[in-house]
Amino acid sequence: MKTRRKTGLVFFPAFDWAISPTHPEREERLLYTQDQVFEEGLLDFDNIVEYKPGLATIEDINRIHICVPDAKSVITESHLISAGGAITAAEKVLAGEVDNAFALVRPPGHHAMRVVHGARGFCNINIEAVMIEHFRRKHGHRRVAVIDTDCHHGDGTQDIYWHDPDTLYISIHQDGRTLYPGSGFPDEFGGPNALGTTINIPLPPETSDEGFLYVLEELILPIVAEFKPDLVINSAGQDNHYTDPITNMRFSAQGYARLNERLNPDIAVLEGGYSIEGALPYVNVGIILAMAGLDYSHVREPDYNPGAIRQSDDITRYIREMSRDVLDLWKKRRTFKADIVKGAKYARRNRNIYYDTDGIQEQQEETVRICDDCGGYIAIDSQASTGNRVYAVIIPSRSCDLCRLEGEKHYAGINKAKLGVHYLVYQDRDRDIYVVK
Amino acid sequence: MILGIDVGGTHTDAVLLENFQVRKKTKVPTNQLHLVSSLIGVMDGILRDEDLSALERVVFSTTLSTNAIVQGKTDRVGMIVASGPGLAPEAIRVNEDTRFVSGYVSNRGIEVAPLKKGEIAGAAADLKAAGIEHLGVVGKFSTRNPAHENEIGELVRGDFRHVSFGHRMSGNLNFRRRIATTYLNASVFDLYNRFVEEILEFAKRAGFTAPIYILKADGGTFEIRQSAEQPVQTILSGPAASVMGILSLDDCSGADAVAVDVGGTTTDIALLADGVPLLEPLGVTIEGHRTLIRGLKTKSIGLGGDSRVRVDNGQLLIGPRREGPAAAFGGPWPTPTDAMIVLGLTQIGDAAKAETAVAEIAGKLNLPVAEAARAIFEKTCRDIAAAVSAMVEEVNNKPVYTIHELLEGKKLNPARLFIVGGPAGAVASRLGEMLGCEAVIPRDAEVANAYGAALARTTAEITMLAETERGSLTIAEEGLQMKIPAHFTRKDLLKIGLEKLRERARRLGARDADIEMEIVEDQEFNMVRGYYATGKNIRLKAQVKPGLIAGSGKGGARP
Repeated sequence: MKTRRKTGLVFFPAFDWAISPTHPEREERLLYTQDQVFEEGLLDFDNIVEYKPGLATIEDINRIHICVPDAKSVITESHLISAGGAITAAEKVLAGEVDNAFALVRPPGHHAMRVVHGARGFCNINIEAVMIEHFRRKHGHRRVAVIDTDCHHGDGTQDIYWHDPDTLYISIHQDGRTLYPGSGFPDEFGGPNALGTTINIPLPPETSDEGFLYVLEELILPIVAEFKPDLVINSAGQDNHYTDPITNMRFSAQGYARLNERLNPDIAVLEGGYSIEGALPYVNVGIILAMAGLDYSHVREPDYNPGAIRQSDDITRYIREMSRDVLDLWKKRRTFKADIVKGAKYARRNRNIYYDTDGIQEQQEETVRICDDCGGYIAIDSQASTGNRVYAVIIPSRSCDLCRLEGEKHYAGINKAKLGVHYLVYQDRDRDIYVVK
Repeated sequence: MILGIDVGGTHTDAVLLENFQVRKKTKVPTNQLHLVSSLIGVMDGILRDEDLSALERVVFSTTLSTNAIVQGKTDRVGMIVASGPGLAPEAIRVNEDTRFVSGYVSNRGIEVAPLKKGEIAGAAADLKAAGIEHLGVVGKFSTRNPAHENEIGELVRGDFRHVSFGHRMSGNLNFRRRIATTYLNASVFDLYNRFVEEILEFAKRAGFTAPIYILKADGGTFEIRQSAEQPVQTILSGPAASVMGILSLDDCSGADAVAVDVGGTTTDIALLADGVPLLEPLGVTIEGHRTLIRGLKTKSIGLGGDSRVRVDNGQLLIGPRREGPAAAFGGPWPTPTDAMIVLGLTQIGDAAKAETAVAEIAGKLNLPVAEAARAIFEKTCRDIAAAVSAMVEEVNNKPVYTIHELLEGKKLNPARLFIVGGPAGAVASRLGEMLGCEAVIPRDAEVANAYGAALARTTAEITMLAETERGSLTIAEEGLQMKIPAHFTRKDLLKIGLEKLRERARRLGARDADIEMEIVEDQEFNMVRGYYATGKNIRLKAQVKPGLIAGSGKGGARP
């Protein structure tokens, strides 16, 4: 007998929004999911409650993103609703109204990075990050683990929490050598002040339920247990499915439900998943049943044939070895800092970021103060092919006195004209300040 | 002339209308044991000495099916369910006599696994051997493609006295509710059909030829012979009669409003949006069975004129129980009615007894009697107002699925309060004040239910799904599947749909003047497979609006 849990469901299929008429992120995406959820009568269960999404605000976005030229220009109403839906899910959990909640909303968000010049990977704003910083602001600081099970590496969420030692980001995805966005290797391991709180687990194409669940049991659950988060969030992308048209994995509805049951997230947020007819209706019903502690053993896709989608022995071996290596890395996470930092006061990254959805190219230089007491204050110089250039100073959550002092000093000393930037941004998480000059 | 009869739990009301004005009205106690004979008695009485050839229509609202279900006096029903993958069978089972069989269609109505004839024959033989005479047949997604249900029906034909089919109950998705609805329909089928026969025989004997209609839970009617196949649609028609009564007795057009019926034991609340009563989004619930039966959205709270008033730990409590009539009428405990008498808001019963009862409460609250009466009265109104506000809020918080609806969707904002029932006169103005509404007490309120039934028009709805990729069109309630060409459009669907709805409404007994149709759901999606548009998925739901028949001057179809 499973334990019944009270599950909140924020269902917002945005039946009047699409990137373009034939884009995977289009009106039709959750149509058959809605049909299946309705036909199964899931909303009639006393322990499943549906909520209307709230609207996220521009302040919610500015708490985590640096949008160029401003938040209003890079989003549509649909983004405020999908981020608002995630916030509603979190609110219901934190208020104790439900035991867990699933934001079944679109558009998705996990490719949206800290700086936003436009849309990448169908994402404009990072709906999980907007949600996390909203509840941290409202309910006080929480240690959070984000487990991203979308088939694509969640490079946006990784970027946003790269320097945050209080947010564990674990991404499990199809190997970046074979799929967009091409990142997410085990050596992407977090910034110098947050080593080990970013974990990447790239899986080879054609990994099936067995491989996913192995990584969950042997790698993810032990790491999460050691991290001791206050809240576990699942970025529940559904494009690992064996029928997904834009990926090459072999995960099934049963696998998704089992993964959800074992991970037991407080909040799940839909990300990608574009097999809208063959996978999403069944995967989502499986996830909702698993979250509510109901029997999901009869949920199965019309063409489900476990024998035909079994992974090869080579894949099994590969995953076993990689898991061992990643776990090893995690265990030694505290030993690398001195070697990486080499006594420097600041660490710097230079990156070229491509916005595939909007066709924008960004050049970014990010500097973080090396700090043992907090995530370190950050300075970002970012220039995009749109012609916009922004300079931002960010004081992180729970910043130490020294980082705050140095960050404020650095900001005060910047001469916008001399630097040649169009926008100068000051973002202070603890004081909830966002200023643009 | 029109005859309207409402068979309520306590009273049967009848009203005979001539030119939409009350010509005769009567109220007699309902004989629950002999419902039909008390009904016939009332008809006999009110129609005596009348010219039966002038009778245009007769409408009943009956508690027959409701009572049978509530009292568990229903027939044993066998269920054959093609459940497909999804919820576990144990979460679906409606009774012990449910047999699960293989075979299912997908959410688009495409057959994924065929039926197995042997299994069905086995299940049918098994149920028949148990002495079961009534069968319900339900398939998952059968509203998208009824072929499996029909095939099972063919296979078991002759084994059972009657078979109820899931896809005929409603066009809405919800497998568990479809099962419950089909089960209930089969369980009252015999009882209801005996009732229909007796009524028809009486009409024949009495010599009237006017069409006879039965009120449904959604406030609409259907012709009595048509109702025979779907007796389950007649359950919970009581609140519908009351709301239709309010609609017929006053001009409710255009505005958002609250309809409140304050009874002795309970207060029932319904809502009107732009003058049209709100329905339960999926269906009404009866005896724990969530169904797909379209019905008015009503909320009942345990607070009425005869609710017991007491003081517990210095707190004033009212209801939820009624333990006899008001003290002013010889009841054992103080009640809101007694407080209203003390305050002079109503001149009924024995004022001295009312005062003595309220004095007991006053003593416990350490207040003068008049102030205690005021406190009881205020709390009564406040509790009702709170329930109304909560219901409005719940409706306004109903999830929506498009950006347009979320940002600009209609918010219910009642401007008027229609109030009926015994204490209506006493509480109307205070309740109106609390809710910020204009309070209205309709005239002839004591026969509102019969009046409402008399004037309710025939309603019908249809659910359409067209898929140009497959070249298919389904109309669930009609069990209809058609081929359509690739260039089929939403406009084509609308044309066919409204035609079919008109046909359906006529068949169910509607007169042309009363067929006021509207589209209640309207969605169109591009279907894209492999980056190319392969067709359109068009979904329309249309209905004949619940309302009053043409000519009644209120809420009817405009010429």
